[in-house]
Amino acid sequence: MEIVYALAIGVLVGSGVWLILRPRTFQVLMGLTLLSYATNIFIFGMGRLAVHKAPIIDASKFVDPSLYADPVPQALVLTAIVIGFGTTALFLVVLLALRGLAGTDHVDGREP
Amino acid sequence: MNVLLQHLVILPVVVPLVAGAAMLFLAEHRRKARVTLALVSVLVQLLVGITLLYLTSDAAPFIWPEGVGVYAVGNWPAPFGIVLVVDRLSAVMITLSATVALSTLVYAIARWDRPGQPFHSLFQLQTMGLNGAFLTGDLFNLFVFFEVLLAASYGLLLRGVGAQRVKAGLHYIAVNLVASLFFLIGVALIYGMAGTLNMADLAGRAAKLTPNDRALFDAGAAILGVAFLVKAASWPLNFWLPGAYSIALAPVSSAFAMMTKVGLYALLRVGTILKEDETLAAALFYLGLATLISGTIAMLAAKHLARVVSFSLLASMGILLTAFGLRIDALTGPVILYMIVSVLTTSAFYMLTGMTDRTRIADAPLVPEDHAMPQPLYIAYGIKKPSVYGGDQEEVGVALPAAMAFLGLMFVCCALLVIGLPPLPGFVAKVELLATALRDPAVGENSWNSDVFMAAILISGFISLIALSRIGMRVFWSVAARATPRVRLLEAAPVAGLIILCLGLSVAAGPVARYLEAAAQSLHQPDTYVRSVLSAQPNEHSGTVTP
Repeated sequence: MEIVYALAIGVLVGSGVWLILRPRTFQVLMGLTLLSYATNIFIFGMGRLAVHKAPIIDASKFVDPSLYADPVPQALVLTAIVIGFGTTALFLVVLLALRGLAGTDHVDGREP
Repeated sequence: MNVLLQHLVILPVVVPLVAGAAMLFLAEHRRKARVTLALVSVLVQLLVGITLLYLTSDAAPFIWPEGVGVYAVGNWPAPFGIVLVVDRLSAVMITLSATVALSTLVYAIARWDRPGQPFHSLFQLQTMGLNGAFLTGDLFNLFVFFEVLLAASYGLLLRGVGAQRVKAGLHYIAVNLVASLFFLIGVALIYGMAGTLNMADLAGRAAKLTPNDRALFDAGAAILGVAFLVKAASWPLNFWLPGAYSIALAPVSSAFAMMTKVGLYALLRVGTILKEDETLAAALFYLGLATLISGTIAMLAAKHLARVVSFSLLASMGILLTAFGLRIDALTGPVILYMIVSVLTTSAFYMLTGMTDRTRIADAPLVPEDHAMPQPLYIAYGIKKPSVYGGDQEEVGVALPAAMAFLGLMFVCCALLVIGLPPLPGFVAKVELLATALRDPAVGENSWNSDVFMAAILISGFISLIALSRIGMRVFWSVAARATPRVRLLEAAPVAGLIILCLGLSVAAGPVARYLEAAAQSLHQPDTYVRSVLSAQPNEHSGTVTP
């Protein structure tokens, strides 16, 4: 599972980096989105990969921490997703504004 | 009484948040109410900042005996819940940020807050993000506050849009989004290795890591450092800054003067707690030097006043980073002093550029792209001008007589501050930096570095002198026909106020330097910080005191 997980992150980061270096604003936006997906998956992986483990501790029973998944990265990832979503939406608005004002979708606002 | 004073720590975050949110409910035409709310909020922050300065000093040992105040936000003890921590450095930063916010706000009221978009709400949220970043004791919380201030800054930067400003804004947002992702990766690696995000807890756990884990942990810290260096505008990560800052409206760039310092603050705070090692510090030294050199040379090349100011900001960040990279503990006090002076100078200087721009109406634009006609954002979407928006250029307020003389005098003062000539505190701060670098016994083994540092400061000061005299002659003495500018009292007062505050700093340099010395010492002995944070007990009475 780890190798698939790592490959997925690698592919996302690779495509994301290639896309944000492209000259068209929409490509940059897609690149940023892919990079933020990769980051989110990475944060999630930092809580160690585990299958069939609950993140929330049942206080009524005896608690053995090794039987539970780490809930903190999951909380971090939620926050990161929300913030990433908001800023990406803002970027989209600015992208459209530049397209409307400059008449081109080149990141410099004019064709080279 | 003490219980109430404890709650002061949360005020710099809560007050602007509430004020900024409340403004959204005020109708478009209720400008007076909005301005009053904004002013009250900033004044409260300033008062709280000054009170915190007093409470963390040795003069008030009754509440936080060691100068470190801990506030458990959710009333959970430290490693589990998020805590806000105030020590001398945080108190200094909050007071500084409130001072800049107050002067910028007064300046903006003169005419800049007019068209459309919710300037005041964004402004309040930005100060909230700044204050939160200075107070928080948790790495992920630091990320959240960074995002708050960045999100607000995106909105502020896009005010009064034209194609050029939107372009600069797009670059600024893209760079900062990537930097935020670096931040997240760094935080995730640190959490994955150490299992905590509380800075005080990290200090203890980082020391106990096995060498294998330690390598990954250091990689995480380095990635985090890259994110901070983007914010601190270190060379090769700073090409977004001049474009964005010099094209933003004057009060906006003036408020942004504080933002680069957040990156530096985070470096100082996290660097001293994690005890960064030799190689990282050496890297910081050379990056700082490159920032200083490139910023200084660019000052010579820039033709527009706002760009010159932006590059002088880069040069000052270079000096700060280089000094930090020297790893001389005694330098930290002077570094903070220089940072304060640099923030006040840059802020005043940007406000000044907003006023001198109007003297250049008759000039042919020197840099055409800086003078694209502002087109409101709604045109971009094919919408006709909405009727609720007033004219952009309404002339209000009292015009000042002898405007050119005033602007010239203020320009000279700002230039003296940047160059570092007496009697203004730019001189005091640079002398302190040089004297400490000369005198400190720790210099022994890396004397070459500190020699380079001193030479760089002196040469950059001299080159700034050349660049600023040249741009000054071009703006104030050029023969081209010009319209006499109208300078309003509300715009002039904050610039003059900041300069007078700087003069006050020169006069009171002794006590200020002693306070900053104490702040630096507590920064370099993180044990007190760690102990105070981890031993803080949740407040038993808080249920009855907090609303």
